[in-house]
Amino acid sequence: MKKLSVKTVVAIGIGAALFFVLGKISIPTPVPNTYISLQYAIEAVFATLFGPIAGLLIGFIGHTLVDATSYGPWWSWIIASACVGLIIGLITMKLDLSEGIDTKKIVTFNVAQIVAHLLAWGLIAPVLDILIYSEPIEKLFAQGLMAGVANIITTGVVGTLLLIAYAETVVKRGSLKKEED
Amino acid sequence: MARIAILSYIKRESFVHELTGRAKLVFFLAWSVASMVTYDTRVLVCMLLFSFVIFKVSRIRVKDISFVLGLAAVFLLMNNLFVYLFSPEYGVGLYQSRTVLFTIAGPYTVTLQQLFYHLNMTMKVVCVVPVALLFIACTDPSEFASSLASIGVSYRIGYSVSLALRYIPDIQREYHNISQAQQARGIDLSGKDKLFTRMKNSVAILLPLVLSSLNRIETVSNAMELRGFGRNRKRTWYNLRKMQKNDWIVTALAIAILAVDLIVTFWDGSRYYNPFLSGPF
Amino acid sequence: MATPIISFQDYGFQYMAQAKPTLYNINLDIYPGEKVLIAGTSGSGKSTIGNCINGLIPFAYPGQKTGKLLVGGREPDKSSIFEMSHTVGTVLQDTDGQFIGLTVGEDIAFALENNCVPQDEMKEIVDRVAKLVDIDHHLQYAPHELSGGQKQRVSLAGVMVEDVKALLFDEPLANLDPAAGRTTIELIDTVHEQTGAAVIIIEHRLEDVLWRRMDRIVLMDEGRIIADVPVAKLLTGGELPAHGIREPLYLTALRYAGVEIDEQMHPEHVEKLLLTEEQKEKVRGWYRARETDRAREDRGQELLRVEHLDFGYSPETLTLQDVNFTVHRGEMVSIVGRNGAGKSTLAKLICGFERPLSGGIYMEGRNLSGDTIKERAAFIGYVMQNPNQMISKPMIWDEVELALVQSGMPKEERKARVEETLRICGLYPFRNWPVSALSFGQKKRVTIASILVQRPQIIILDEPTAGQDYRHYTEIMDFLKELNGQGYTILMITHDMHLMLEYTPRAIVFSEGRMLADTTAAKVLNDPELVRAANLKETSLYTLSLACGIDEPQKFTERFIAYEKEEGR
Repeated sequence: MKKLSVKTVVAIGIGAALFFVLGKISIPTPVPNTYISLQYAIEAVFATLFGPIAGLLIGFIGHTLVDATSYGPWWSWIIASACVGLIIGLITMKLDLSEGIDTKKIVTFNVAQIVAHLLAWGLIAPVLDILIYSEPIEKLFAQGLMAGVANIITTGVVGTLLLIAYAETVVKRGSLKKEED
Repeated sequence: MARIAILSYIKRESFVHELTGRAKLVFFLAWSVASMVTYDTRVLVCMLLFSFVIFKVSRIRVKDISFVLGLAAVFLLMNNLFVYLFSPEYGVGLYQSRTVLFTIAGPYTVTLQQLFYHLNMTMKVVCVVPVALLFIACTDPSEFASSLASIGVSYRIGYSVSLALRYIPDIQREYHNISQAQQARGIDLSGKDKLFTRMKNSVAILLPLVLSSLNRIETVSNAMELRGFGRNRKRTWYNLRKMQKNDWIVTALAIAILAVDLIVTFWDGSRYYNPFLSGPF
Repeated sequence: MATPIISFQDYGFQYMAQAKPTLYNINLDIYPGEKVLIAGTSGSGKSTIGNCINGLIPFAYPGQKTGKLLVGGREPDKSSIFEMSHTVGTVLQDTDGQFIGLTVGEDIAFALENNCVPQDEMKEIVDRVAKLVDIDHHLQYAPHELSGGQKQRVSLAGVMVEDVKALLFDEPLANLDPAAGRTTIELIDTVHEQTGAAVIIIEHRLEDVLWRRMDRIVLMDEGRIIADVPVAKLLTGGELPAHGIREPLYLTALRYAGVEIDEQMHPEHVEKLLLTEEQKEKVRGWYRARETDRAREDRGQELLRVEHLDFGYSPETLTLQDVNFTVHRGEMVSIVGRNGAGKSTLAKLICGFERPLSGGIYMEGRNLSGDTIKERAAFIGYVMQNPNQMISKPMIWDEVELALVQSGMPKEERKARVEETLRICGLYPFRNWPVSALSFGQKKRVTIASILVQRPQIIILDEPTAGQDYRHYTEIMDFLKELNGQGYTILMITHDMHLMLEYTPRAIVFSEGRMLADTTAAKVLNDPELVRAANLKETSLYTLSLACGIDEPQKFTERFIAYEKEEGR
C-alpha cells in the first residue's frame, strides 16, 4: 500500500472528528425516531476531496467513536459506514473540483453516493448482521433500506449543496469586475 | 457552552486503569470478536458474568456511565421489538421446535424458542457493553495511537485517531458557535420547518464548518511536516508504556478466552446451543 | 565576518496559482544569533519569506523561484521540509493548529517521536525544554485547558527540542491579549539568550515586538524589501505609515510636538527613550496648546440595560458575576479584559445564545428574558470574530439576503433592503461577487452587512480587528465609526488598547467574570491598578507623558487622539 501523505492523515483525523461531532447531533425529521445523518454528507464530501482511503478511514474511525461513546460498537454498521466512504472515494477519484463544478460532476457525485449507500446499507450491513447477530433477514433489509434511503436523500441534498458551494468558493479572481450601479 | 454528554476517559486508580493501552486494546478486540462469533448460551452467560466482574474491578461507578447505559437499553429494546415484529417465528426456525406459550394477536404468538433467541441475541450485545465502555473510560486517549501502532496498525492511521480525539472539542465548540450565530439569522435546525428546508438550512452551518476544517487541515499538516512527521518508517512514542507482567497476563487471557469461545461454539458443528432438541422440553 | 545562516540572493518567488510574483529581488542575510524583525502589511510578502526559510515553499506551496536561497548552507528546494526543520524551528500563528498532541508533554515531544528518539531520552529533553519556557507544571494538560499564551509556550518548546540554529515566529502576537503578548516577547528574548539561536519575528505590531531589543528590522511592501536597517534608524525616518505599518505611538506624539527623532535618543522603546529638557518642554508646550478638551457628549436615551447578571455553566463556578451597566442610544462602547474574562460570554447572554442564572437584560426598559434568539436578532446584531465562521453562502448578495429570506420577507422588499445595506457598507459594486474573492477586511464588511440588513439597533462585535494590520484595522474601524455616526449603537469586545482609546469614548472592564470599571477609555489606561488586574497594558503615550512631567497622562492621551483625528492622520 502506498504511504498516506501527511495531508491525508490530517484529513482523516479532522474528517473523523467532524463525523463524530455531527453523528452526536440528532436533527429530528417529521418521521418519528428518524434523524438526519449529516455525518454522511460530510463523509461523502471528504471522500470526494481526499480519496477512497480517507473516505474509508473517516467512516471507520468516526463511526467507531460515535458508537464507542454511546452503547458499544456495532461493527457491521461501522464497516458499512467505512464502505460508504471507500466506494464514493473510488468512483469520484477522477473528479477535479479545482476547476469549478458542472452538471456532469454533480451527477457523478450523486451516482457515487447512491451506489455507495445502496451497497452499504442494502447489502453489506444486513449480510454482516446475519453473519454476526443472526437476525431475521426481513428486519435487516427493511432497516437497511430505510437507513440507505434516508442517507441517500441527506447526502444527495446536503452533500451536493456543500460540494457546489465549495467549488464556488475556490473560484479564481480573474473574471471579476466591479459594477458601479 | 452546553457540552454534549458523551462518554470519555475517567481518571481513577484501578487494576484496569493501570494496564497498558495495548493490553486493553487486545482484550477489547478479542472480546468483541468472541461475542460476535458465538451464539452459544453457555459461553454468553460466562462472558456476561465475567464482564460484570471486570466492571467491578475498574472502580468505574454505574453513576458515571448511567446515560450511556440508558442509551444502550433503549437501543436494545427497539432492536428486540423490531425483530419480533418482523419475524415472530424466527426462533422456531432456528431451534427446530415450537413451544407456544400464548398468543397476542394474529401471527404474533409468543414461543419459548423465540424468547430464548431474544435472550441470546440480547446477551451477545450486553456482554460487549461493559467492556467497550471500560475500554473508553479507563484508557488515556494519549495511549490510543501508540497502542494501535504497537499491534501493527500503521502509525499514520494511529495518528489520525489521535488527531480526531485532539480536534473533537475544537470542532464541537466551532459547530456550537456557528449554529448560534446562524440562529440569530433565523436558521434553526430544531424548528418545525419542512424536511427539505431543514436540510438546506443545515448547509448554512456546515459550509463554514467544512471550509474552516479544510483550512485547519492545511495548517495542521504544515505544522506536522515542519516537525518531521511521516519521514521515517517508524516513530517512537512519548506515552507508550512498557508491558508489565499484568499486561501479558491480560493479553494471554484475551487470547485464551477467544480460543475457548471458538472451541466451545463450534465443537458440535453449530454456533447455537440448542436445549430444545435434547433437553427437558 | 561569519557566514549567514540564511541568505537570500536576488531571490524572487511566484506561487503557482498567482498571476504575479509575491517576492521580487530579495537580498537578505541573517547571521547566527541575530534578532531580526520582518514587518509589513498582510500581502506584503513577509509571510512568504518565512515560508521560504522553513521549506513550506516549495514543498507545501509550489511555485516558481528565481535567484538563490541558502538556509544553513543548503538550498531548501533541493532538500526537504524535514531536513530544513533541523535548522529552522517554526512557530505558526495559529497555536491551535500547531498544538497537535493530546497533552502538553506529547506535543513538545512530537518532533522527537518523529525522529525515533528513545523514550527515556525524549522525556529528559521534554522536561528540560518545558522548564526553559516555564510550562513544566502543565505537562499533563490538554490544549483546551491552556490560555493562548501558554499554548504559545508549548509551540515554542515543541520546536526547541530540535536544537535548531534559527527560530522563526509567524505573527506571534496575533491572538494574544496585551499582557500575554508582552510576556511572549520577553520569553522569546530569554530563549534567544539561552540558546543563541537566530530569531526571526514576522509581525506588524511593531511597538509590541520592540518591548525587547531587536538587532534589525526588515520592512517589506508589495513583495520588496523597503528597508533593512537597525531598528533605531528606521524609526527616525518616519516612513512606516506610508507602508501600512503603525509607528510606535510615542514617536508619533513626539513628531506632533515638533521633536526631531534621532538614533541617539534610543527611539526603539519608550522606557529607554532619552529626551533632553528642551525636547520635554516641546512636548509640554504642545500639550498645553491643545487645551481644547472635547465637551462631554450628551448621552442619548437608555437602550440596553444589564442588571445583576450572573452566569455559569454550573452554579458553583460563575463565569460572570453581578454585571451591571447601561448603554445609551448612539454610544460606541468597548468591553475590555484579558482572554477568558467573560467578555464573549456577556455578548452571548445579550444575544440570548445562553441564558443567565439570574439577573436581567432590558431593551428600552423591556425585559428580554422571554425573547428567543431570533426575536432578539431583530434589534441586537452579533458579529463573530472570524468572518469565515459566519459566511454561509458563496455569493455576497445571497449572504446578505439570508436573514431576510429566512424571515419570509417578500422579494421586492428584500431587494430594496439588501441594496440599501450594500451601499451603506460600500459593497454595492461587489454585489455579484463570490465572497471568496474578498480580502479579510471586506469579508468582515459582508458579515456586518448581513447583520445590518436586519436593522438592529445595537451591534455587538467580537474582536473586530484581531490579527489585522494597520491598513485593515483603519478600514474596519473607520467603517464602524461611520455606522456609529449614522445612529447605530456599537458594543465592541476587544483587547486592543489603542482601538479602545481611539474609537470608543467609554470602556467597560472585565476580569475573572467581574466588572471592574465602567468609565472613559482614557481613564482605564491611566489607572495602574486596573491595568494590572485586567491584564491590559498602559499605552506608551502614558509612559511618555509621565517622562515629560505631564501629571495628567489621561488628558495627554485624549489630546493626542483628538489631534490625530483633526489631522485626518
